[in-house]
Amino acid sequence: MAEPATTDPATPEELKARIESGIPGARASVSGDGHHFDAVVVAPAFSGLSRIAQHRLVYDVFGDELGGRIHALSIQTRDPQKEAR
Amino acid sequence: MTESQNPLRASIQEAITDNPMCGFSARTVGILQAVGRPFAAVDVLPDPRIRQELSALSNWPTIPQLFVDGELVGGCDIVTEMYQSGELQQALGAEDAPVDEPAPAPGAPEAPPLSIENRL
Repeated sequence: MAEPATTDPATPEELKARIESGIPGARASVSGDGHHFDAVVVAPAFSGLSRIAQHRLVYDVFGDELGGRIHALSIQTRDPQKEAR
Repeated sequence: MTESQNPLRASIQEAITDNPMCGFSARTVGILQAVGRPFAAVDVLPDPRIRQELSALSNWPTIPQLFVDGELVGGCDIVTEMYQSGELQQALGAEDAPVDEPAPAPGAPEAPPLSIENRL
């Protein structure tokens, strides 16, 4: 997948697509204004991981773009196994 | 040094007021105040190296970062979630703190004065 041009403003749709392709089986819903984003991510990969580790998986999708092109990303992670209970 | 003379406290309050990014730090500080256990805070804004080194050590890209007993607990999102579920109060040994109150709004005018210990 081509890296997005760094000058393009980030969109919730782009973040959603990148989270879902970057974390196997993930479903994401993302809202935001181009600078501040809120993401809710449900992924089987989160199972058994601490919150820290779950959030790191999401941060790792964006790397150095956090704090730069993606000014702020607020994350909530959910384990689908716990969701189903 | 009294509260009002603490330059770090003043600088953090100024940063919170002037920099929208610091809404996350303000929210985290407000939650810790609501839990009511003593804590120390370090302003990472005066020198970009503080933030770079901290993120390199903790492997965590965003600010703020809450450490309990030397271990990273998380950023603003995790702290908020843990406060609402009561886990944060448990981790800080303050189980009696109310868990049903909504997280305090950033910069709420009724918030008590910041209690900051300068460990720089």
